[in-house]
Amino acid sequence: MEVGRLPISASQRGKLISAGYTTLASLSSLSSSDLARDLKIPESEAFEILKVASHDCRLDQPDKSNGIFTGAQTAWEMLHEEQLFPRITTSCADLDNILGGGINCKEVTEIGGVPGIGKTQLGIQLAVNVQIPVDFGGLGGKAVYIDTEGSFMVERALQIAEASVVDMSHYNELLWKELRTCQVEIQPTDILKNIFYFRICSYTEQIALINHLDKFILEHKDVKIVIIDSVTFHFRQDFEDLALRTRLLGGMALKLMNLANKYNLAVSNMIASYSLWQVVIFNQVTTKHKEGSFQLSLALGDSWSHCCTNRVILYWNGDERNAHIDKSPSLKSASAPFSVTRKGIRNSASNHKRIKLM
Amino acid sequence: MANKLINQMGLPKSIANVFAARNITTAKEALSLTEFELMEVLDVSLADVTSAIARISEITCPPYQTALTLMEQRVQKEHMGGHLPTRLKGLDNALCGGIPFGVLTELVGPAGIGKTQLCLKLALLASLPTAYGGLGGRVIYIDVESKFSSKRMIEMGSKSFPDMFYTKGMAQEMAGRILVLQPASLSEFTESLQQLKISLLQNQVKLLIIDSMAALISGEYGQGTARQHLLGWHISFIKSLAEFSRIPVVVTNQVRSQTRDEACQYSFQGQSREKAVEDHTGYDSHLVAALGIHWAHAVTIRLVLDSKSGKRFIKLAKSPISPPLAFPYNITSSGITLLDDDGIELTGPEINSIHCQGHSDIINFDGERFQ
Repeated sequence: MEVGRLPISASQRGKLISAGYTTLASLSSLSSSDLARDLKIPESEAFEILKVASHDCRLDQPDKSNGIFTGAQTAWEMLHEEQLFPRITTSCADLDNILGGGINCKEVTEIGGVPGIGKTQLGIQLAVNVQIPVDFGGLGGKAVYIDTEGSFMVERALQIAEASVVDMSHYNELLWKELRTCQVEIQPTDILKNIFYFRICSYTEQIALINHLDKFILEHKDVKIVIIDSVTFHFRQDFEDLALRTRLLGGMALKLMNLANKYNLAVSNMIASYSLWQVVIFNQVTTKHKEGSFQLSLALGDSWSHCCTNRVILYWNGDERNAHIDKSPSLKSASAPFSVTRKGIRNSASNHKRIKLM
Repeated sequence: MANKLINQMGLPKSIANVFAARNITTAKEALSLTEFELMEVLDVSLADVTSAIARISEITCPPYQTALTLMEQRVQKEHMGGHLPTRLKGLDNALCGGIPFGVLTELVGPAGIGKTQLCLKLALLASLPTAYGGLGGRVIYIDVESKFSSKRMIEMGSKSFPDMFYTKGMAQEMAGRILVLQPASLSEFTESLQQLKISLLQNQVKLLIIDSMAALISGEYGQGTARQHLLGWHISFIKSLAEFSRIPVVVTNQVRSQTRDEACQYSFQGQSREKAVEDHTGYDSHLVAALGIHWAHAVTIRLVLDSKSGKRFIKLAKSPISPPLAFPYNITSSGITLLDDDGIELTGPEINSIHCQGHSDIINFDGERFQ
């Protein structure tokens, strides 16, 4: 390993190289006072450099006490863990079915679709559903809702919350006919209280917030879902430098994935980071279609496509709203109908149709 | 908050000085760089950079609100729960009280369908005193196509609220509250928008109408990226204007005819695509909103005005709070009136399609062109 890869400042790196320390191996047998003398820097600074270097070295070497690599997990352990993750229901049984039970915790899921198809609706629905108490098979968590477009409607959130409370008490009656032990104590206003709403007005604020979320979730440990509606909005306004845009988005996606992962492990809370996407018409010339034919594609291009774990596309199929799983490491590619009603996202009225497997 | 100054963020003095020395003065500049780039530029250690980034992020990111406090604020502070009633009963019910404050509402429809009529009516309603159910404030009406007619507006007013309008001086007071701007070019429009930002709050403006957005943009720019870019700026500016002053913003949009290949399909919808193309032959004139899909994402509520077999409909094509309803309407001397307050619930993408069939007896588009 080379010294160039160490996370130290440029001047320190320069000094190291000019003093002949180009590899980590050359640093490993040094004491801090030797290094301080050679580089003509204070001993404390030399100590820091050595600490960083030895830390990096250790990652490269097998650690015998704790499995083969530190931080690694066997696939078997992961399977066991995965089965324990609760999923967040979408309130639409068909959609839950193709998603394997709902939106997965610990993963980033993105939702795309044409305007008015129900992306924001699904977002609000999830922010409400994450709060379904554990007694009712939910997570009993809280939601962070990041609104970049100003499309969050509090009236609509209230409607959905009310419908959800009604559904829970119905469920209660069915299940606990004799034993009236489990009362619905949750109120629609409680649901609204547990949605943390951030309004973002520029891409700088968006990056800042994603950076800050780490700390925020540490303070609010019940947060189990982060909804971003939509990731793209600010990144599609006045951006001249496309390379910068790609890099910033990549960094943001990485941070989101880390968040989803980290808080599942460390705090044993789950976060399903979930991003809403927009669709642009993309002028694509393919051999199949005539020149200049239009196809829809998700905004922001191909490199972002790799950043999310799951991708769901919402589209119109005749008179019906459909959801299609476009990308997922564990789920079959399938479509299911859903509808948007006054109560929120529900099964499509004509649910006699069977789920199509593609 | 993106342009907050780094030297006012309470960073350790030494780090703040390094930022200043490298000419990184705002949060925007700092956060556009990765941690490693910052280390390279600032020449400090990773730990310092991460703590500085964390601090800058914390200060820059806006505070949160819970949905509950958001709702309580709206109910307390705002007149009628943050809605401007349209006085069209069915539409008001579906929209939970009317045109909502703080977001963009768009009217789309073919020429002559009644978009301007609806705008005039809304302008009138907003200028009414609160005692009569209006907003009692000023209205800014940006009239791009010189279609604003004071005469017509006063006619509507005197027909709808006869007792009030026959009081002497009332019409003058009402009309005096409506400020009409007629920008001649896009740059002039942009300039007046920027001025608006300040005057909106000072002058008790309660409604902003732009009639029409499409005319402004398509007048000077053709298709393409330059136009998209320009539109992008306007979208975010108007949206933020609506939001920070908490007023309803109504924007009209024109239609253009759609080329057959443009029918929106996903790649995995192969079969239905071909079918759809066949269907279009002999279909009535195929219209889409003039400003593209990028704009369509930005509006919160879209009302489509169209006509089918001689009847005019107003359709709730996009709204986060209402079911997809279509209301038949008519234009009378008192303005737009609904023929039916219950509305017809439409399923599927029908709600988004714009028809132009026989609303005018003289020009019958589809009759001649498509049969």
